[in-house]
Amino acid sequence: MDFSLAWLAAGLGAGLVVIGAGLGIGKLASSAMDASGRQPEAAGAIRTSMIIAAALIEGVAFFGLVICILLAIKT
Amino acid sequence: MSNAVDTLITVADSVEQSSGPGSDWILHHVMDSKELDFEPLFTIHIPQFPTVFGIDMTPTKHVIFMWLAAFLVILTFTIIAKRYKKSLVPKGITNFFEVFILFVRDEIAKNTIGKGYEKFVPYLLTIFFFILFGNFLGLIPWSATFTSNISVTASLAICSFFMIQIGGIRQNGFFGYFKGLIPHGIPPVLLVLMIPVEILGLFTKPFALAIRLFANMIAGHFVILSLIGLIFFMGTVLVAPGAILFAIFIYLLEILVALIQAYIFTILTSMFIGMAVHQEH
Repeated sequence: MDFSLAWLAAGLGAGLVVIGAGLGIGKLASSAMDASGRQPEAAGAIRTSMIIAAALIEGVAFFGLVICILLAIKT
Repeated sequence: MSNAVDTLITVADSVEQSSGPGSDWILHHVMDSKELDFEPLFTIHIPQFPTVFGIDMTPTKHVIFMWLAAFLVILTFTIIAKRYKKSLVPKGITNFFEVFILFVRDEIAKNTIGKGYEKFVPYLLTIFFFILFGNFLGLIPWSATFTSNISVTASLAICSFFMIQIGGIRQNGFFGYFKGLIPHGIPPVLLVLMIPVEILGLFTKPFALAIRLFANMIAGHFVILSLIGLIFFMGTVLVAPGAILFAIFIYLLEILVALIQAYIFTILTSMFIGMAVHQEH
């Protein structure tokens, strides 16, 4: 069977997933920096919420990544 | 000097001929297997256990590492509990773990569950330290990460699912819990949509927990193995410095990811318990 399209799809998909995750977490980090700059006392609480939100966004990105891996390991 | 380079090239060639680049080599290192291999020294084949009710009871590599992590958790906490009986002032290993235990109890459980959080702290501590020890065990060379096995993370998510439902049902009553899933004051037309969405939401949240932990752990190991495999794939030893440097950086990142993933699993479980127990929010 010819699996070349599956491998191509895996590569393109992984790239798109990374773009989505990068944009999302970048926006999140930028808001966190702004908020910490405005109110340095709240930096601890902001950091905790930022890590939780980043892990959730990364979780969604990993859903896509798992599908890409399933495509890429086809033999 | 060129002798060393030549031997390295010969070794690389032989490895390429034997297992070859490609997904099988990487998969062999991340997937479960019935032997513990400490390449290139020796490989321990696990003896075959009998089949019970159609399930093959042979302990595989991940099962053995789960036993090891469970044993380490039980050992550590028995020691800590005994030391606390003697005196409430911690020192040494008790002091080190007190930071984490208080973190789970105060920052995670008390903040997210609120009133009545004490009942859930033992479960949250258990999964936090089990996943933490499991993730860290996977970073030791020649060992396996059992949290990168979807069956293990799915089982942990199922345990969390039962904790959430039992906690919610115990607090709100069986029918009160399901009635409380639907928020107040919505027009009855939307009920047709809200009921399936809420019931589906009960299942998607632990499912996401399982996939998140599984994918994070397996992705880290994939990247490290791919970077090292790049040396063999290119066939030349000249990519080695760059590849090894990147691999070391990803390795250090993996330590951070191990901590963060254990924390995220625990705090999300605790948030879902809080949402189930105190349904007014």
